[in-house]
This record gives sequence, C-alpha cells and structure tokens, in this order.
Amino acid sequence: MSKGAVLKVKNNDPVEALRVLFHDFLEKGVVDALLIPKKLPSGDGYCQTLIRDPEALVDINPMAPTLPVQSARLISHLTVTDPGCKVGAVLKSCEIRAVIELVKFLQVKMDRLILIGVDCLGTYEPSDYAKMSRESGEGVSITGSLLKGAKEGKIKPHDGYDLRLACQICEYPSPENADMIIGLFGHDPQRELFIEVCDDLAGELAQKGVLATNEEGSASRDQVIERLTEERIKKRDEVFDAFRSKSKGLQDLMDVLSTCIRCHNCMVACPICYCKECVFRTPTLEHKADQLIRWADRKGGVRMPTDTLLFHLIRLSHMVTSCIGCGLCDSACPNDLPVATLFRAVGQKVQGMFDYTPGRSVDEEPPVATFREDELQAESGAL
Amino acid sequence: MEDFEPRIIAFLCHWCTYTGADLAGTTRQQYPPNIRVIHMMCSGAVDTIYVLKALIDGADGVLLGGCHPGDCHYQTGNYKARRRMAILKEILNQVGFSEDRIWLRWISASEGKLFAVTVAQMVEELKKLGPNPMKQLWVA
Repeated sequence: MSKGAVLKVKNNDPVEALRVLFHDFLEKGVVDALLIPKKLPSGDGYCQTLIRDPEALVDINPMAPTLPVQSARLISHLTVTDPGCKVGAVLKSCEIRAVIELVKFLQVKMDRLILIGVDCLGTYEPSDYAKMSRESGEGVSITGSLLKGAKEGKIKPHDGYDLRLACQICEYPSPENADMIIGLFGHDPQRELFIEVCDDLAGELAQKGVLATNEEGSASRDQVIERLTEERIKKRDEVFDAFRSKSKGLQDLMDVLSTCIRCHNCMVACPICYCKECVFRTPTLEHKADQLIRWADRKGGVRMPTDTLLFHLIRLSHMVTSCIGCGLCDSACPNDLPVATLFRAVGQKVQGMFDYTPGRSVDEEPPVATFREDELQAESGAL
Repeated sequence: MEDFEPRIIAFLCHWCTYTGADLAGTTRQQYPPNIRVIHMMCSGAVDTIYVLKALIDGADGVLLGGCHPGDCHYQTGNYKARRRMAILKEILNQVGFSEDRIWLRWISASEGKLFAVTVAQMVEELKKLGPNPMKQLWVA
C-alpha cells in the first residue's frame, strides 16, 4: 500500500532538506501549487501560504509548531470548485482528519488534491509562540527544540510553556489517509527523515527523479508512534475523567460555561462548522420582546444566559459526531472555556454509539448522514 | 406537587401522528390538555435544535411523533429522526440532563387511541419527574 524512503539531512537542517524536496515537487510538476506553512514577515508566527514559484519556498516550515487556522477550511476553498491544477497541501494530522470529514460533507473534492501529512510533535498557542520567538535570541529554533524529542517520542515543550491541551491528548501523532507522510518519529531529524509515500505517488516520484522509495517501512518509527499514542490516550482519559467528574449536572455545566460571552469564536474556528448560513446568524432562536417581558413578569426577572446553554447544546447536536479534536475552539475562546474538552468528551460517547471515528476514512458515512433500518430499537418507542 | 401541570410541546408528523391525533379528537378519545402541538410535514424535518429550544424555554417534556419505521411518507424521514433523537439524548445524558423528558413515538394515522394513551402516559411520567430544572436557569 505504501513505500518508504529515508531522506538524508545535511547540516542538521531538516527544514532545508524538505525545502529542496518541495522545490523539486513544484519544478518537476508533481504539484502545480503547494500550500505550506511559511514564516510571517513579523517573524513570530506562520501562516499557510499557497506557493507556485519554487523560489518562493524560502522560510517555509512544514513542521511549524502553531496552528493558527484550521487548513481544512482553506482546502475547501481550494478544491470545492475545480482549481484547474494539482494542489499539494502540507497539513498536520488533525487538519487531514478535518479534510476527510469535509469530503464526506461535500465541502472538499479530492480529485486535484495531494495530501502531504507531517508527523506532529504538538503545537503552541500562536500567542505563546509569538512571545517565545520574541524572547529567544537569534539562532534559537523553537521547532528545533521540539524536534529533539522526535526520535524517542519524548517531546519536551519550551521552559515555562505548554503545548495546547488538545495536542497533549491527541491520539493521532501521525497522520493517516495522506498521500505522503513526512515522518519525524523514530529517527533523528537532524540526520534523516523517514518519508512514507502511497504507491501511486511513489511511482510518479520515482519516474520524475524526485525521490526513490526503496524502503518497506520503519520499525523504529512505528514503535515510537505506538508508544506515544498510548501515552496520549492515557492523558486523554485523565482529562476526560476530570472533566466529567466536575460537570455532573446541568448547573455544573452552566458554571463551567459561566464566562461564555457568546462571541461564537469557537464556531468560527471549527472546521466542521462550515454552514454558510448558520442558524445562530438568523433570528430563528431569538425571543420576542413581549414574550420576554411576560416571562420576566411571571418569574420576577429572567436571566438571559440560557442562550449560552442553548448555543453549546445546539452546536453539540449539530457537529459533535464529526468532532476531530483539533482544539481550535479552545484556542479561539477569549475566556479560556474548556470547550475542546467538553466537545471531545461528549463526542467520544456519541461517536461510540455508532462505532464512528471522525477522520478515519472517506468511506465511512457520518452518523448524521445515514441510518440503518434495524438499529436503535429502543428508540422506536416503548410499545 | 399537587398543582404541577406539565407542559408538553409536541412535533407531530402530518401524515401519521398529526392525523392520528385528529382521529383521537373525532372519536372523542379523552386525553389531558397539557399538550401543545406543532404541525410538521415529517418527523425527519424536525431539527433537534427546536427540541432543545422547547426544553430550554421551559417545556417539561417534548414529544416527537412520526410514522412507523418503514412507513414514512417520504421514505426515510423517520429513520433520520430516530438517529437525531438518539444523538440528542446521548448528548443530554452526557451533560447531566435526563433524557426521559424527550419522547420519540411512532403513532400512525389510525392509532387515535394510542395517541391519547401516549399523552396521558407522558403527563403522568412528567408529573413524577417534576418541573423541568432548566426553568430555574431563567429565574433572576
């Protein structure tokens, strides 16, 4: 199903080795355009950049340790109408899983898309990364210090900073469903990178003289990934248990959400919330003035924050079956609400009802888009 | 609470349950008046956000009535409704709200008596459960 290659790294610079590889991709027509993280002019962050000229690949970083925007939304714009050429996209594991979900909701078309996944060491909040890069001196590479842990899978964040919680509990450090994976685990990235390529692409790469794939697989990489995944699952279960024990009832949930200001940032950042006309942007859920006055009259006064509960419950009922756990909602929340944990914890159970794992496969229908005649008999009424 | 009368909001599908409710009326089946009916064309047309809105706005119970599986006028609407209700109930369970206030029932156009019985059953169960705790969230 896939072939491997060991990409040698010169001068301890894995980013340069990849830049050369992607230079060839563009020059030899493996892709016509490449979406890849590139350093911002301010130098304190990265953003996805669509590159056609191979010379513009300066300052790219496929292992950029921040996720300011879920690329799945960008991929949707790039592919839902025919881009007219082959587009390659360098994405993190959660971004690829979001793309897979969006394919199933007809928001992304795979025909012209080549998915290049990168093993993920975790990401920092963009504001943390900006602070770090301003504090550290020249020549101190934040990516480099994360990469030091790649060989053993023991990733140590910068002193005084933490990786995003969603990354700490992510069970997919290595992307699946990609046409090519840039492996970081199990090998010393300063010496070599293990590249996995699917058969079709491997043939093209060999034929165009871009990359010869002779390896079968990398046992050391597989082992590190397995171990790291187990650690993440353990941490995930701890976080979920702590959350569930804290929010046993409705009032508990309201207390957890007490600082919600209904800015809807979580919804805006979420790759699964793609609806052009979201119900929250319509007057559907608004109450009429006379109704509110009547209720206030009857009860003495009414608290409006029930809108908060309604927002989160509605968002849950619409998208939790496809929640891939990227945690952008957490990053976007101005009041640090544990929305990612809430959604992932609820999602785990709801997805479990249908044995569904979002982002696992393009062929697996989302629970909200299908049904079976003989299921959920208990739901069919107590008769 | 002797004087607690539950309020039920019902989303009934036009082809089966609504007609069944109508039959209950024309055949003079007695059932409690606690129910407020919203006429939908199909149970599959009910977005669960309206069930949530009804609950948060203070309804003590919500009834979703549709055609029996396999008999949907639009072929598959009730199957989708069944899935959506299952998802909603699981979400509410996870956040600590009792799923017993949301009833999904298949009542066909000829089952007038079943409709009356279902409403009576629901009122009785809701009287036991008490008022919807979400109502307290509103009180200043």
